[in-house]
Amino acid sequence: MKQFLIFVKKEWLHIWRDRRTLFILIWMPVVQIILYGFALTNEVKNSNIAIFDQSRDVASLAISDEIAASRYFNLVKNVYSYKDIGATFRQGKIRMAIVFPQNFRNDLLHTNSAQIQLIADASDPNTANTLTNYAQSIINDYQQSLNQNQQLPYTIKAQVRMLYNPELKGAYSFVPGVMALVLMLVCTMMTSIAIVREKEMGTMEVILVSPLKPFRIIIAKAVPYLFVSLVNIITILLLSVYVLGVPIVGSLWLLMAESTLFTITSLSLGILISNGAKTQQSAMFTSMMSLFLPTLLFSGFLFPIENMPMPLQVISNVVPSKWFYIIIKDIMIKGLGFGAVWEETLILVGMTAILLGISIYKFKIRLA
Amino acid sequence: MQPVVVENIVQNYRTKKMVVEALKGISFTVDRGEIFGIIGPDGAGKTSLFRILTTLLLAESGKATVDGFDVVTDYKQIRNRIGYMPGRFSLYQDLSVEENLEFFATIFNTTIQQNYDLIKDIYQQIEPFKDRKAGALSGGMKQKLALCCALIHKPSVLFLDEPTTGVDAVSRKEFWEMLHRLKEQGITILVSTAYMDEASLCDRVALIQKGELLSVDTPKNIIGQFKKPLWAIRADEMYKLMNDIAADPAVESCYPFGQYHHVVFKTQEKRRQTLEEIAKGGEHAHVEIKPIEPNIEDCFMALMNN
Repeated sequence: MKQFLIFVKKEWLHIWRDRRTLFILIWMPVVQIILYGFALTNEVKNSNIAIFDQSRDVASLAISDEIAASRYFNLVKNVYSYKDIGATFRQGKIRMAIVFPQNFRNDLLHTNSAQIQLIADASDPNTANTLTNYAQSIINDYQQSLNQNQQLPYTIKAQVRMLYNPELKGAYSFVPGVMALVLMLVCTMMTSIAIVREKEMGTMEVILVSPLKPFRIIIAKAVPYLFVSLVNIITILLLSVYVLGVPIVGSLWLLMAESTLFTITSLSLGILISNGAKTQQSAMFTSMMSLFLPTLLFSGFLFPIENMPMPLQVISNVVPSKWFYIIIKDIMIKGLGFGAVWEETLILVGMTAILLGISIYKFKIRLA
Repeated sequence: MQPVVVENIVQNYRTKKMVVEALKGISFTVDRGEIFGIIGPDGAGKTSLFRILTTLLLAESGKATVDGFDVVTDYKQIRNRIGYMPGRFSLYQDLSVEENLEFFATIFNTTIQQNYDLIKDIYQQIEPFKDRKAGALSGGMKQKLALCCALIHKPSVLFLDEPTTGVDAVSRKEFWEMLHRLKEQGITILVSTAYMDEASLCDRVALIQKGELLSVDTPKNIIGQFKKPLWAIRADEMYKLMNDIAADPAVESCYPFGQYHHVVFKTQEKRRQTLEEIAKGGEHAHVEIKPIEPNIEDCFMALMNN
């Protein structure tokens, strides 16, 4: 019994003296519960839509009003041509567009049937599905209210068009997500661990007492992982095209260039983490907590960001993978060019510059 | 210009509860081409001193130069010209012997071939294992490899922090022979050790204890300062013997040394008689008493008690 207790005591001391890990252990559930509670709803609210009303009659306006008034939708724009719809989608401003044909009410009254077109951005298939279902149920409500005193029922047919991903394949949204996740893990976690291992083993001591410049040490440590990541990117793309059947619609070179940029961002983050961490364990934990979870939660890969409470939406902006996820989706799934993603690219470039700058500035040229 | 000058170096480590004084203002100089030993027990401040001189730590106060360069402001120049072998085995365990050597040669802007003559004697001993992973080497061979790596760029000053700790007696002897050969090549060597018997292998030594230098001199002079006669005594019951001797008012100190106790009296006279009386009074059996020549450890004990 005594032996057992002394062992328990020893283990407790290990935990207690590694304050950073203990802190994470205690706070992890708290943070997770809060995040899961608020951020992770699959419910879709306040999704931005546009309406292209070609008849502008009583019926179409009534349906438009219903839709705009519902808490699921947020009417941001009235558009006046199909071309305009395409452009608005490409700018990433809307998730769905509703198109009323000419003579909507006329058709309905005279032929007892009319059509509405729902165009949804299906690069996120779950949200697209939910949105079209919500819209259809609002349309159905209107149809029923018309039919109350009617012998021959009116039918409004909603014709759904899924943009970018007509088959609603889940892979369309998770390939970019997995890419962000894997790159983050490989680059950030592995570089931070590799650098901290040198500190732990004592080899850092000898390297510091050499003419090597800190900048060179850092870059030299990161380069091999850049190569590993490029292999990862290629593997993921090959798998997604040939196994999952997700095509690369946009430019492959642009895609590779953006992925390389994101890899460098992740590497810089890994180097920054290694500056502070003293043990491999704490480097791993910090990488996990500061990257893995935020990437899962805040990149928009599992849960739509616009449904989160405002503070969490603000936080999501500092997560590099959010921007990478947007870029990859735009290029790979939607086939957009650099013109559509230059803002996100610029943000990533800025983040990389800042992270790399801080880590080189803070790199310890001495032991203490 | 002396290769190493240390002036009044102070270093403290702070924890929440207390301040640990690692170095309490020590000063010494090392001459070119000598083997200078820093000798003291664990925790005396040897590693802190080495880290300050190799520019890895900033001293709290005081000044030090290596090859005329200040350890704080000119750390880049110092890092170009010194060799450093830390106390812990600091090579890449997962790289082979040859890969380790090549790596360290390259980061110091040189090649194995260029300075091969410098490490030839040492490297030849581990060359048969050059494809083996460094982690799979024995303790002695690891030290030889680490020494090769610290030497490969032909440093002008070599810092060896406890190079022989944890190494067997034969390897230790070989290691010191290597240091003497390096000295002949004009390399200044600063070596720290906790083994007192290694002091006599240095040209000059600094005895260090609790962050203070007890003495800096040649081993011969340090021993020469030990003026009082020294006695070795043994009997069957060594522990009781020690207590009996220590209880005698005429005894200055008594400490175990191998199979004997070493005894120093407060006065200069020879006191074989007193020892015999103590042994008799305590009814000790198989008593053996002999006068001996002091060694560095005896001097260290004497200096420590002052």
